[in-house]
Amino acid sequence: MSDLETFKLETRAWLEENCPPEMRKPMKSEEDACWGGRNWTFASEAQKVWLERMAEKGWTVPTWPKQYGGADLSRAEEAILLKEMARIKARTPLSSFGIWMLGPALLKFGNDAQKKEHLPKIARGEIRWCQGYSEPNAGSDLASLATKAEDKGDHYLVNGQKVWTSYADKADWIFCLVRTDNSGRKHDGISFLLFDMESEGVEARPISLISGKSAFCETFFEDVKVPKDQLVGEVGKGWSIAKYLLTHEREMIGGSGEGLTRPLHEIAAASIGLESGKLSDPMLRAKVAEAEIDEWAFRLTMQRKLAEAKAGASLGADSSMLKYYGTELNKRRHELMMDAAGHDGLEWEGERSSEGKLARDWLRTKANSIEGGTSEVQLNIISKHILQLPGA
Amino acid sequence: MALILNEDEKMLSETAEGFFKKKAPVADLRKLRDSRDEKGYSETLWAEMAEMGFAGVLVPEDQGGVDMGVMAAGLLAEQIGRNLSATPFFSTSVLSATALKNSESELARTWLEKIAGGEAIVSFAIDEGVKHNPLGTETRAERSGNGFKITGRKAMVLDAHVADAHIVVARTDGQPGDRDGLSLFLVEKSVENLNVERTIMVDSHNAGRLELNGVEVTADALLGTEGEGADILDKVLGAGRAVLSAELLGAGSQAFEETVTYIKERKQFGKIIGEFQALQHRASHLYTELELCRSAVFAALSAIDDADENAVKFAGMAKAKLGEVAKLAALEGIQMFGGVGMTDEYDIGLFLKRIRVLQELLGDGNYHLNDFAKENGY
Repeated sequence: MSDLETFKLETRAWLEENCPPEMRKPMKSEEDACWGGRNWTFASEAQKVWLERMAEKGWTVPTWPKQYGGADLSRAEEAILLKEMARIKARTPLSSFGIWMLGPALLKFGNDAQKKEHLPKIARGEIRWCQGYSEPNAGSDLASLATKAEDKGDHYLVNGQKVWTSYADKADWIFCLVRTDNSGRKHDGISFLLFDMESEGVEARPISLISGKSAFCETFFEDVKVPKDQLVGEVGKGWSIAKYLLTHEREMIGGSGEGLTRPLHEIAAASIGLESGKLSDPMLRAKVAEAEIDEWAFRLTMQRKLAEAKAGASLGADSSMLKYYGTELNKRRHELMMDAAGHDGLEWEGERSSEGKLARDWLRTKANSIEGGTSEVQLNIISKHILQLPGA
Repeated sequence: MALILNEDEKMLSETAEGFFKKKAPVADLRKLRDSRDEKGYSETLWAEMAEMGFAGVLVPEDQGGVDMGVMAAGLLAEQIGRNLSATPFFSTSVLSATALKNSESELARTWLEKIAGGEAIVSFAIDEGVKHNPLGTETRAERSGNGFKITGRKAMVLDAHVADAHIVVARTDGQPGDRDGLSLFLVEKSVENLNVERTIMVDSHNAGRLELNGVEVTADALLGTEGEGADILDKVLGAGRAVLSAELLGAGSQAFEETVTYIKERKQFGKIIGEFQALQHRASHLYTELELCRSAVFAALSAIDDADENAVKFAGMAKAKLGEVAKLAALEGIQMFGGVGMTDEYDIGLFLKRIRVLQELLGDGNYHLNDFAKENGY
């Protein structure tokens, strides 16, 4: 038996024994996810146990080195683990910007002390992170960010404002882009700082969104003192870390178009019904078929690009392509779901609509092609780095 | 499912790239067209393709082929698409070879040998009306003596006027629309009561019409089991659609790349037009769509070689996607080339024409969307 085959059987047995039955039921909403952190209240004993067992095994971050809380798995082993988890419909034990975004950047750019301090806590879900990138005047043009960090000898003094900081009101720490130098090109002079959200002078205010939810915050910094050893990489070289991290974010958001969810035609059929075996609205039927074929081709492209990139390597500019198409596709999917749901999809409150779940999800998807770099920014990146068009 | 080429496939793809670029470039299609070439293809090229093993890419080794599978055929088709090469490859080496090797008869083996050797062109006559509709076949074959008598008309028969034989799909039973009752026959070009008309097409590739006015064939001309031709057709159409998708990928990618090159050179308003974001974003969108297309094509081709139960479905899905995206590549190409794109001198117009034909063959996007929905129970 090959090593991978052995690994598969062992993994299957371990999951069978250790994944609580409650953690094998599909999540009903974002609220069912486990985010961890200092102030986290577990929704159930099962959620807690599942996180602890997976973290113990190193499987919340399976490909990270063991010394940082991972399990040193190869990409092939990781793929098996994910497949085996999917087989029993096991939930992700931990949702975390620390795992998806900061971790990979720290592994690449952090020093030993930073890795030792932060990575194991991310892996165990002890510290919840948020991302301080966008500012009121630095959205798509992120490099013109103005939040200032002044060198005060033994610490930096941070002043400024961030916006669209996901879950800043719930996070324990922030990884934050700040300006340490104003003299040169705007991409230079940006640095990458880590600090505690409980530091004096930090305030996070949730923003009410069109979906009626408040996942994002405005975050204010007034004379926040940050010890100097909490700067990642070199002073003024934060932009390359920011870009590296954005690539990971794009891969993640791009993945949200992936249809692990119910096929569109089933949703449409359940809502508007069939006539002589065909969806009763012929125009919707054609659009659904088109979208399903595009979802298929997109899933294959995700697989192909991940397989093409050597183990662990980043996809580079192709991540922009996946982000662009994945998010546009997800918006299209939700428009079609709303078309199919008709009057029912318009309900905003009440049990029948699970408090307007479909409408709220539909509205949420509108941010997909804005956050993490707009679709237009992704197209700029493709134009510049892949097609090498002049002036892009 | 293989979404990445292995070493053998990479090598084949590179060989094919060099071969078609050198031996059958777009300029050669222009020559065939402008000289009103009677054959519509180059016999020298076809002989070389046989020598390279391309003609027998799907033919079993026992019959002199290289039996490399549909993925290999698709990689060849991609390069054919890039160069708009006019060859009997698709009709003969893909459609007819697939039909013959799935019909287990002495006669089939003989013709497979001829195909692999580049000694015969065999057309595949399926469609009759203005649109692809395999089960709608009206052409009839009736028992007559110890053989059959075939009557009907066929349209859009690729390479019909240069074919040494035609594989004709006819109804031995049932009504148009029925899956049962279809049968495949090998009809040699020399038979009586067969009228072959060459139709000059928009893309300057070979096609024609057949009129069968009681064509008599012997019993051994029946390929496969009488009335069960639809099972062979599944294989032929699956391979055919997947390979057409690969040819569309080649043609669409080439049109796209030539367009990108052009907008990096052309200046207006004192600027390279590729600097304008209006063009950059459209080009980047197209790049993304073509990347999805490559995944769809590889998935469809490899599913056939893996005998995946969804192979025929995937081929149709790929055909739907590729038809639309390749069309977009041609349309955007013409628009971005501007005025010169409308001239015969530039190649982009030839790509527009060829893609229009390829997307129509064996079912256009609408056909396959409808088919996909039906297959999925909606």
